[in-house]
Amino acid sequence: MSTTVAGLGPARYTWGGDEFLFVEIAEAMSLAANFKVMSLARALTDAALKGVVDICPANASLLIRFNPDLLEPALLEVHVRELEARLESADQARLDTRIIEIPVWYQDPYTAEVAERFREGYHQEPEGSDLDYAAKVNGLADAAEFIRRHHEQPWMASMVGFVAGLPFLFQLVERDRQLQVPKYLSPRTDTPELTLGHGGCFSCIYSVRGAGGYQMFGVAAAPIFDPAQRLADFADFMVFFRPGDLVKFRPVDEAEYRRIKDEVAAGTFRYRQAPVTFDLTAALADPEGYNREILEALDGH
Amino acid sequence: MGIEITKPGLSTTVQDRGRTGHYNVGIPQGGSMDQYSAELGNLLVGNTGSEAVLECTYMGPAFTVDEPTVLAVTGAPVGVLVNGEERGQWRRLELVAGDSVSFGMISGGTRFYVAVRGGIDVPEVLGSRSTYVIGAMGGFQGRPLAAGDRLPVGHPVAELPSGDSIPEELRPAFAKEQRIRVLMGLYDHRLTEGGRANLLGEAWTLTPVADRMGLRYNGPGVAWKPREQPFGAGSDPSNIVDAGYAVGSIQIPGGTQPIVLHRDAVSGGGYAMVGTVISADMDLLARAAPGTVTHFDEVTMDQALAARAEAAARLEKARTVLHG
Repeated sequence: MSTTVAGLGPARYTWGGDEFLFVEIAEAMSLAANFKVMSLARALTDAALKGVVDICPANASLLIRFNPDLLEPALLEVHVRELEARLESADQARLDTRIIEIPVWYQDPYTAEVAERFREGYHQEPEGSDLDYAAKVNGLADAAEFIRRHHEQPWMASMVGFVAGLPFLFQLVERDRQLQVPKYLSPRTDTPELTLGHGGCFSCIYSVRGAGGYQMFGVAAAPIFDPAQRLADFADFMVFFRPGDLVKFRPVDEAEYRRIKDEVAAGTFRYRQAPVTFDLTAALADPEGYNREILEALDGH
Repeated sequence: MGIEITKPGLSTTVQDRGRTGHYNVGIPQGGSMDQYSAELGNLLVGNTGSEAVLECTYMGPAFTVDEPTVLAVTGAPVGVLVNGEERGQWRRLELVAGDSVSFGMISGGTRFYVAVRGGIDVPEVLGSRSTYVIGAMGGFQGRPLAAGDRLPVGHPVAELPSGDSIPEELRPAFAKEQRIRVLMGLYDHRLTEGGRANLLGEAWTLTPVADRMGLRYNGPGVAWKPREQPFGAGSDPSNIVDAGYAVGSIQIPGGTQPIVLHRDAVSGGGYAMVGTVISADMDLLARAAPGTVTHFDEVTMDQALAARAEAAARLEKARTVLHG
């Protein structure tokens, strides 16, 4: 990927103590910045430097954990800067990934019940629902229109983390079409497992129950973190999402939600998914047209 | 064969040196919060150091052993009772089958450790026996211990050392005031001069909001430079586009209470970090009790690496002393 084409300057390097190097690709979120993060993470993985412990790609930055007893901090920085410089001339604009369909029950009773407990002092508009608020701040008619905008176009997992296996999702639309909603004024101490959340321009799926500050729009029907690795989709690893995964949300009603839950309980549930090669240039040139192409990959799977 | 828990204590978990390599999907390193104390316990009972121990928080468990057992209690100062009789910390204790162990109240610090010869033999998950409670994985069934749990004990793989206690000068201190060394960086350029001066020059007091994920402090607060927020960052000047969090990094949501992330930290989020506690002082943080007056002292990378080498040398010295 050419960073000139993407409009990104050189990254900012800074230390997180004596065991972490932080590389900020850009201050602002963009698909181009996230692609550069993933390319750099891949290059560093391939370099297999002795002493590198964790390589954590995030939305627009990369966090690297290293053991300074095995790898001098200054030397690590030189290596990463070299890898970054090499990215600029290489064609990194394609990503072999997959598209996954995630069934979601929007406007479910579980998140509604929790939201009810965190209104006054927590939420910007305590008298309404999170979805009503999200529709309003985005200038949309109502919750139904917000939900349509939310699942109509696909998303990319631009980061996995916070807690085990939680994907941050960035919608593949132009910046002026992005759905942006402030986080809660103060974080909740509770969020139902598999809540579909949204804060800033990011959606997420809470992999486990716990604290959270994102607005709550619904619940996903199937697990995304399975430490017992019971379901077939978790045979290789207990965490389902990988950075770069593409996501299509599919709204389901209560009956279908329950049917999926039964399949999960029986151990027979499989995510509908298909391999795709994602082309950054094509995606930036005509997001909605390109999205139609990648969504076709799901048909027949 | 092993240990039967009769009272669980406030929060007792199985921990070891922790698991790395999975922070990229949000699985934290975990492991004993006060690594030095846990290592000294393992040394006393002739373990290699990678064995799992029990980490006990504030109020310890009670348990019985069903076979001869060698154990040692290290960490926060606490009475160690075997069949009701005080036996002491920082020394090797030899129990016979049927002995029961309980603990008094801690008189400082937060966590103490029970090391058992052979180690707590729960299955490894992703290369570690550490409990990650939020993810319900690792340790004993992915959770803090409960009454009735039976913990298997592993087979010893090394000889017992000739020494059977840790000399006073090699034991860690559990003080009510701490100086914590910090390498500034990450998003510290976003602090005002005054904000930076407050963080590094003023005293901060540890609140009760302190656990394995992080420690929250009260103090004068800090100010952020005003700016137009980048796309996707959120509206508060302490917000950034969600990024990875270094373990030990200091974030100050809203500019009010600094939070220092520890071993079960969330792996990322949207609050600007302004510096990171150096690796040599992470154990020190783990020993802080609520109310501890804390000073954050800025150091350089070279000083951080020197402190790291000193910490390693201290553990090595303990090993040498015990093996005489």
